Amino acid sequence: MELTIQTINHETEHCVVLGGEIDAYTGPKVKETLMSLIEPGMTLAVDLEAVEYMDSTGIGVFVAVMKASKKAGCPFYVQNMSSRVERLFRITGFYEFIAIRKGEDK
Amino acid sequence: MTRGLEAEYVQILRDYLDSQEEDELYGAQKLGKFLLRRDISPEEMVDLHGRALEKLGDVPEFVRASFRILTEVMIEYGNAQRSLNSWRSKHAQLQSEVAVASAMQQALLPQNMPTYPSVEIGAISIAAHEISGDYYDFMYVDEHQFSLTIGDITGKGIPAAMCMSMLKYAVDSLGEIRLGPDQMLRHLNRVVERNIDASMFVTMLFGCYDTQSHVFRYAVAGHEPGFLYRAQEGRFYDLAGSGVALGIDGNSQYKEQEVHLQIGDLLILLTDGVTECKLGRSYMTREELISNLQHEVHLPSQNMVDQIYRRLLMLTQFEQRDDYTMIVLKRI
Repeated sequence: MELTIQTINHETEHCVVLGGEIDAYTGPKVKETLMSLIEPGMTLAVDLEAVEYMDSTGIGVFVAVMKASKKAGCPFYVQNMSSRVERLFRITGFYEFIAIRKGEDK
Repeated sequence: MTRGLEAEYVQILRDYLDSQEEDELYGAQKLGKFLLRRDISPEEMVDLHGRALEKLGDVPEFVRASFRILTEVMIEYGNAQRSLNSWRSKHAQLQSEVAVASAMQQALLPQNMPTYPSVEIGAISIAAHEISGDYYDFMYVDEHQFSLTIGDITGKGIPAAMCMSMLKYAVDSLGEIRLGPDQMLRHLNRVVERNIDASMFVTMLFGCYDTQSHVFRYAVAGHEPGFLYRAQEGRFYDLAGSGVALGIDGNSQYKEQEVHLQIGDLLILLTDGVTECKLGRSYMTREELISNLQHEVHLPSQNMVDQIYRRLLMLTQFEQRDDYTMIVLKRI
């Protein structure tokens, strides 16, 4: 299972739909994509519904993106995480720091 | 190119043209391998073929001229071969650097388990690749107490190895001033937050075991929950504790937890390489892990960790995807 990345550009928001596996090998590609979409005044949203596997390297990518977006004044959200990914976010304590958008509301 | 080689090539060509036998083709294959070992480039080979033809008879001018075209084309193949060779040697150099880092990393892991009369400790740590992101260590505190650390550094490879050496240095130095587990993690969090890349973090459990009172005091930073096995009940409990992984937020606070072990009770500490085992298309549940642990609880601690590793490796059809570490501490 490979990584899939699809970017949907709305007027005030970039939404990145990720799918497949986010690990040490695919993580750098995710990071590069998300970092390039951090823009002041725009919102960055990441949809994780199709993510089947994520390890701690994946969380590391989101930690870095969260820190960079905060610095740039670009709100950053994740949405639609599976229970497995949510468990990982909770165990690492990252769940407390990241903005999570419930459901499909935009 | 040597004269001898040219003469040999002419001979091979002549023999083949005379007989048109398969055997002669085999001789040509062998020569090809020899030329590759000697780094003879494709364009040199084309040149050799042209000269050999001249030895065999009158070569028409258009054939002679066509060799100039072939040589030009072959130069590109030659360039590709030369760059491949240069990548090969760079790759070999990198591999040897990784091997050195891997050996250095092994030296950071404990060589001996602490020995106290009333506890039995087993540990196993197997990297998925050359360099592990998992870390564990024991530290002598006094004649009745020792501390233990188990951690998982995000990412793999050289950055993980460098981060691990920093962690070990920090844990060793902070250990000297006898901090409680919560304070230990608070200090380590600052060290990690300041010194590593934003996309790296470390999950950790740090604890101190008193072999007289059999109280284990510990704190957790975003680490996979371990288990407490109560021998009397034959049941496994999650080792409670939560806290943010080291390196995410410089101001994180940690909470000290405490468990008291009875005779036969076990503490099982692990990294996510144990819990993230993939069985076929799905991941092992915590209940499945418990049932695998249950089968081996009667064994001495070191045999238990070895046996569980073998068991899980078999279940995953020998595909170890992540670094794997397990420590078992048994009150005897």
